[in-house]
Amino acid sequence: MKIAVLVKEVPDSYGERRLSLTTGLADRSASDPVLDEITSRAVEAAVSYAESSEDVEVALVTMGPESAEAMLRKTLAMGADSAHHVIDPELAGSDMTLSAEVLAAVLQRIECDLIIAGDVSSDGSGGVIPTMIAERMGIAHATSLDTLEITESTVTGQRATYGGTVTVQAQLPAVVSLTERHPGPRFPGFKGIMAAKKKPLETYALADLGIDPAADVPRSIMLAVSESPPRSAGEKIVDEGDAGTKLADYLIEKKLV
Amino acid sequence: MTEQNILAFLPVLPSGELVGSAAELLGAAALIGTPVGVLVTAPGKAQRAAESAGHYGATAVFVVEDDTVSSTLTAPAADALVTAGRAVGAEAVLIPDDVDGRDIAARLSVRTQSAIATDVVGVHRDDEGVVAHHSVYGSMFTTESAPTHGSLIITLREGSVENRAPGVDPKIRRLDLGELPSQSAAIIEFSPSAEASTRPDLRGADTVVAGGRGLGSVEGFALAEELADALGAGLGASRAAVDAGYAPNSLQVGQTGVTVSPELYIALGISGAVQHQAGMQTAKTVIAINKDPEAPIFDIADLGIVGDVFEVVPQLIETLKAKSS
Ligand SMILES: Cc1cc2nc3c(=O)[nH]c(=O)nc-3n(C[C@H](O)[C@H](O)[C@H](O)COP(=O)(O)OP(=O)(O)OC[C@H]3O[C@@H](n4cnc5c(N)ncnc54)[C@H](O)[C@@H]3O)c2cc1C
Ligand SMILES: Nc1ncnc2c1ncn2[C@@H]1O[C@H](COP(=O)(O)O)[C@@H](O)[C@H]1O
Repeated sequence: MKIAVLVKEVPDSYGERRLSLTTGLADRSASDPVLDEITSRAVEAAVSYAESSEDVEVALVTMGPESAEAMLRKTLAMGADSAHHVIDPELAGSDMTLSAEVLAAVLQRIECDLIIAGDVSSDGSGGVIPTMIAERMGIAHATSLDTLEITESTVTGQRATYGGTVTVQAQLPAVVSLTERHPGPRFPGFKGIMAAKKKPLETYALADLGIDPAADVPRSIMLAVSESPPRSAGEKIVDEGDAGTKLADYLIEKKLV
Repeated sequence: MTEQNILAFLPVLPSGELVGSAAELLGAAALIGTPVGVLVTAPGKAQRAAESAGHYGATAVFVVEDDTVSSTLTAPAADALVTAGRAVGAEAVLIPDDVDGRDIAARLSVRTQSAIATDVVGVHRDDEGVVAHHSVYGSMFTTESAPTHGSLIITLREGSVENRAPGVDPKIRRLDLGELPSQSAAIIEFSPSAEASTRPDLRGADTVVAGGRGLGSVEGFALAEELADALGAGLGASRAAVDAGYAPNSLQVGQTGVTVSPELYIALGISGAVQHQAGMQTAKTVIAINKDPEAPIFDIADLGIVGDVFEVVPQLIETLKAKSS
């Protein structure tokens, strides 16, 4: 079985994340790029399944800037077998329609049985790319799963729905996406890091995939961007045995209760 | 200019009631055109929901009642929206930004070749059509987006649009499902949530009390519940509290949880990591109680109390009770 994991590089949410007020694009100088935490959990799920089964191959797939190559090498060290990187200047600021088209095109080429993604990326909060890919490829999706069970022909997992939880099951090939309730990534050992240096890493430009970013299809464009004023600290008191009463008075005075 | 039809996908609970966000979706639709509801339910469950959709402003309601709705993931809803859109020519489609809604929007956008805008917090119309508003990077930036052409598929963040549409007597139109793609995931089991909470929903509540890892245990977390009930507030939690099993996933506030903007947010035993702040820093008033004077939550608190929640909060509840009687 071949599993593709959709990994994404994002600005570190522990750092200061900024949008350029002139272009509306992420300001890459503002914070370090890191592997989106949720996609590291997707890698962990794939690699641990590969360890527990025979003949499972794990391929990493990303679309992103040059810096993503270092991220791919680091992630290969967790135990994935190969990496595929779409990199093209025309992709800066691509909308979700184009991103899904590009990712589906690479996935189609590498011919996999199962695609594992994160549920929502921490920079764009879209949460739609995995299912858009499934629709483009004409396969099933089972997204936002809190649990995941993989067999040779199916995937099964639980997810939230209106008024409860459902268990969903799809026949392979399928796209799944995982929530942050899945285990975090392992630390790659020295051996993993050395091995990762020699693993195949292929790059693709849009032309290689036969995609024309200027095609006349509807796209989402950004019209305006502005920065919200930062919040500042107010009053701080240390409890001397009466802070509960003081807080009650504060709430009553401000008509908050 | 003629009024444009705006489709709103209105999820129906297994009980046959509309989900809480229905009024908001139709209210948002009314800001940019004529609201038209779309419902998909198991057979015999749609009538009451369709009438309430009218009550919330849907001038027409497309209804699909079909067995596959409870056994097939996403495909029936996406199909119904494609058909309804063809029937009335929708300029935009509003769908809740949640697990089911995002899947429906994703399939619909690819199938109808339409631009998509996700996690939208507001909408308006300009000379050229519908514009979507976004709040980015934990509410640090605000952006606006629009489609180059064609209609726009929107997933709307719950609790972000205040407009409500006046009630009407809706035209109810029944739709049949087309043939669904065979490669959909099946729903093989449904388990209803434990009894619905009587507290206000976290997303729409005027006051939110949130508990963190500092509450120490499930029993300790009950203190946050007690304060929430004393204030008639919604209940939230940090990721650390959810991971520790003090609270269910659905209560998580922050970057990967719910974003709230209440009048009052009270953080109990929450350090205030940037990813937590991302989900609550647009609250009007923030109050934090934390033992650690250096906790980052104090950087954004209007009133910070350095102290033990297990001393401060019981005293607060007592005092409020005494003053209200
Ligand atoms: C990609 C990513 C996404 C994330 N998304 C989210 C998210 O959506 N939501 C979220 O909340 N976090 C999120 N996090 C996690 C976040 O970084 C923090 O780890 C988390 O918010 C910490 O939760 P906490 O404040 O409850 O716990 P801690 O940081 O452990 O803080 C507990 C606090 O309680 C205080 N305390 C202890 N005992 C008492 C007492 N008796 N009285 C008063 N105070 C006491 C301590 O001083 C401490 O400040 C995310 C992280 C990443 C990397
Ligand atoms: N540029 C990208 N490269 C690789 N995977 C991506 C990319 N964008 C989104 N994804 C995948 O899709 C998931 C959901 O992303 P999104 O729909 O952008 O919120 C992410 O967790 C990734 O697994």
